[in-house]
Amino acid sequence: MKGFGLKALGMAAAVLLAACSDSEQTTSTDTGAADKVKAGFIYVGPISDGGWTYEHNVGRLAVEAAFGDRVETTYVESVAEGPDAERVLSQMANDGTDIIFTTSFGFMNPTIKVAEQFPNVKFEHATGFKRADNVATYSSRFYEGRHVLGLIAGRMTKTNTIGYIASFPIPEVVRGINAAYLAAKSVNPDVQFKVIWVSTWFDPGKEADAAKALIDQGADILMQHTDSPAAMQIAEQRGIFAFGQASDMKSFGPTAQLTSIIDDWAPYYVERVGAVLDGTWTSTDVWGGFNTGMVRLADYGDAVPEDVRAMAEEARIAISEGRLHPFTGPVNKQDGSVWLQAGETADDGTLLSMDFYVEGIEGSLPSGN
Amino acid sequence: MDLLLLTAILHAILVASTPLVFAGLGALIQERAGVLNLGIEGLMIVGALAGFAAALSGQPLIISVMAAALSGALLASVFAFLVLRLEANPVATGLALTLFGLGLAALFGAQYVGRAAPQVAVWVIPILSDIPVIGRALFAHDPLVYLSVMMVALLWWFLYRSRAGLILRAVGENHDAAHGLGFSVIGIRFLAILAGGALAGIGGAYLTLVQTPMFVEGMTAGRGWIALALVVFAAWRPVRVMLGAYLFGSVTILQLHSQAFGISIPAQWLSMLPYLVTIIALVVISARGVQGTSAPASLAKTFRISR
Amino acid sequence: MIRFEARAETHWFHEWIAVIAALVLTALTAALVLMALGFDPANSLHRIVVRPLASTYGVSELIAKATPLITIGVALSLGFRAGVWNIGAEGQLVVGGLTGGAVALALYGVDWFWVLPVVLVGGALGGMAWAAIPAFLKVRFNANEILVSLMLTYVALLLLSVMVHGPLRDPDGFNFPESRLFHDAATLPKLFDAGRGHIGFIFALVFAGLGTWMVKRWHLGFEMKVSGLSPRAAQFAGYSRNQTIWISLLIGGALSGFAGVVEVTGNIGQLVPNISPSYGFTAIIVAFLARLHPLAVVPAGLLVALSYLAGEAAQLSLGIPGAMTQVFQGLLLFFLLGTSMLVNYRIRLWRSV
Repeated sequence: MKGFGLKALGMAAAVLLAACSDSEQTTSTDTGAADKVKAGFIYVGPISDGGWTYEHNVGRLAVEAAFGDRVETTYVESVAEGPDAERVLSQMANDGTDIIFTTSFGFMNPTIKVAEQFPNVKFEHATGFKRADNVATYSSRFYEGRHVLGLIAGRMTKTNTIGYIASFPIPEVVRGINAAYLAAKSVNPDVQFKVIWVSTWFDPGKEADAAKALIDQGADILMQHTDSPAAMQIAEQRGIFAFGQASDMKSFGPTAQLTSIIDDWAPYYVERVGAVLDGTWTSTDVWGGFNTGMVRLADYGDAVPEDVRAMAEEARIAISEGRLHPFTGPVNKQDGSVWLQAGETADDGTLLSMDFYVEGIEGSLPSGN
Repeated sequence: MDLLLLTAILHAILVASTPLVFAGLGALIQERAGVLNLGIEGLMIVGALAGFAAALSGQPLIISVMAAALSGALLASVFAFLVLRLEANPVATGLALTLFGLGLAALFGAQYVGRAAPQVAVWVIPILSDIPVIGRALFAHDPLVYLSVMMVALLWWFLYRSRAGLILRAVGENHDAAHGLGFSVIGIRFLAILAGGALAGIGGAYLTLVQTPMFVEGMTAGRGWIALALVVFAAWRPVRVMLGAYLFGSVTILQLHSQAFGISIPAQWLSMLPYLVTIIALVVISARGVQGTSAPASLAKTFRISR
Repeated sequence: MIRFEARAETHWFHEWIAVIAALVLTALTAALVLMALGFDPANSLHRIVVRPLASTYGVSELIAKATPLITIGVALSLGFRAGVWNIGAEGQLVVGGLTGGAVALALYGVDWFWVLPVVLVGGALGGMAWAAIPAFLKVRFNANEILVSLMLTYVALLLLSVMVHGPLRDPDGFNFPESRLFHDAATLPKLFDAGRGHIGFIFALVFAGLGTWMVKRWHLGFEMKVSGLSPRAAQFAGYSRNQTIWISLLIGGALSGFAGVVEVTGNIGQLVPNISPSYGFTAIIVAFLARLHPLAVVPAGLLVALSYLAGEAAQLSLGIPGAMTQVFQGLLLFFLLGTSMLVNYRIRLWRSV
């Protein structure tokens, strides 16, 4: 039908006309200290996930609270990692945003690309490893928290089986498992870890099913590296214990929650936005743990006995003061080869690219290798 | 593997499969009337939200379930209007329904995130639940599991033993003939869509009332699509929908358990199993070409009264 | 009383009216919602719909987003006309991206003009192979292609995950699940300096043209159309239903795979676990919006792409939650589907006797 030819031509004409009109130019000039700063945040999930993205948003709100009128924040939720991220970032940069926080590993390459096109905009990429003059990276030593969790779990388990719900076999997740296992084993040589990989960061139904499977197979304490409180709920239902992840999940497990690792981005965000206001911002790589307050633990649950609390607190303080490193030798890899000699601590490089289980963990990493 | 674990696994399979049973039945009743509704996912999540909201505000289970059914039916009526009255293409409309339903639930559900609904009580059936191994696996569930089985029986009776069901099937097989006999094709299809929407809504509510008593956007995670697959897999028969749902649930749960056992197959390969099994079963069923296993002949065909 | 009366013949004029009516209805609803939320409707709509397009960058982005939608939409429009329902285009896209990407990685460092064409063809072949599965199962076992292709989509995603976590992983990438960045010879050239519009769009337009030609002039296109409208008539005419099924699915797979490898080499530049925000499913909607006319798929694809951009702009400029985007996309579709009735029927006001 010729009607469609005309329709297509009309649309094409409109598009071309639009393209020929003046393109919108906004330049943000870097003049050092600024009176007002616009901070942008892109999230990989919805704020309502109650976990990872929720905590980043809490950080954003802290920035608003800290600087009041001097800061304006914007955010976009549920941005898919990939080309969409690039577009949203460019849009934000175009809109006169001064500093943009990209809160997921998968935003790394889009961040670098957009940063090249907007040299006057500052970018902060969470959990990545590529930097530039205007791109800083930051992450949290969650494994320090896992160490403390492992200690508590090792002491409190009666069945000597700890259930671990893991998402994807990226180094951060593997670090967490290894750290927790080593700690648990150090206080309980008979402890065993069962790991289920659910291939998702967030799927309450699947996480609940995985939790049940672990409990049915004898786990009486659950750990998770996924974002929903489903496992905590199941733990509460079944009368066992669990640790929360990324945020305090006590409302879902009033008796079940022993403690929770809390991602606290607020101090870091406030500091960085403040640096932009002061004109002192530079590209850094921050990997903070207990010492900088990026990792916190929720209040200990009522079920945690005094002596266990004391042990946990002692470890936490020791880590934050640098006296204790969760990965201290002698430690072997799962295949039996030696990884750390006695007294040797793991360097950041190995930690960042960890792709192996330590000796003693059953099963294999889902890597297709 | 000890028997206690076997019981636990069977129990978990039932819980994982029940939303699929409801949603599958919901798709089934529509398709038997000749309506292809690809919007099951949207209907499920809207029901999930409605049921959850009701439970949070302290309503008893039955009210929550009715709220879920009602909202599913309401949203389905939009689909019915577009497809039956305005003769919109059903495939596209169904996809639009999914999109709209997911967005709507996310929008209105944001305020409910982070809150947990009260636990639903388990009804332990006396005597039967004392049977070793399968007793506690089959007869110690929340009421909705029993309801799902009852719905399967009810639907079977309706389709094959009642006059109304016969008419519905006639509309699905040959809507022109049914119209010729004086039946209101549009009217019957409309009712089928409402019923299907209600069932899908209950299926969604099972997630937020029993399986994980919380709400997050997108929590149906593709179950609506699986339900659609189940109907074809079941050759459009209610009992087979239930069996198919349990099969799918089994593979999902067993995949998790085998990981916990330490079986060294990478998780992704295990995760593929439910889908591959469905394809194989589909091929086997289609290849046999047994009578009565083909789709209702008027499925997804627009009905027009010719003058 | 309002009555719908079937038109004697459909006129393209009415197709236009239907689309415009739907757009107006959606805009009105949007305006109402915006007012309810406290925004000025005219200004807000301008900010989220017009402003994103008012620059080369914006148009380039629109094109980048629309390219896969149009490419796949054209293929689907042909297949759907023939009554072959390829709902698994997303899976074919993923496999196409995977195979094309694998070829690109295998040829890493080779600086030869032919690298890119080989990569693109590899992707198309991969998608085609994936679509051959439902085709074979349907022809041989009468297995429903909607379900087989849909199930295979999930399998494809898991396959990509296995590959990216293992054999194709970047050795210098700290063990994160992504491949190396493709070298320049395996990256699609861009159309403009700003934005990411790339020559994939030109390909999409070419496909739309080919599709239209196929429908109008090519006997095969006619065969497929008849096969879709009336299998019995096709049978009497001697058209092979099996051939129609194979061709529909293979074209669908080839173009979806092509769209996948274009995404991977154009927009993303490497293999990652997530290469598509459901383009394969959205393309189904695009095909229907275009009422299965291959040429109309171009504006339909641009329109749907615009709705995504508007949604992001709404989040950025107005602080409206992301879920609203989905709601409005659904609404736009509902209105479009509803008003398309006007094409076949006209409204008559009847005074009841």
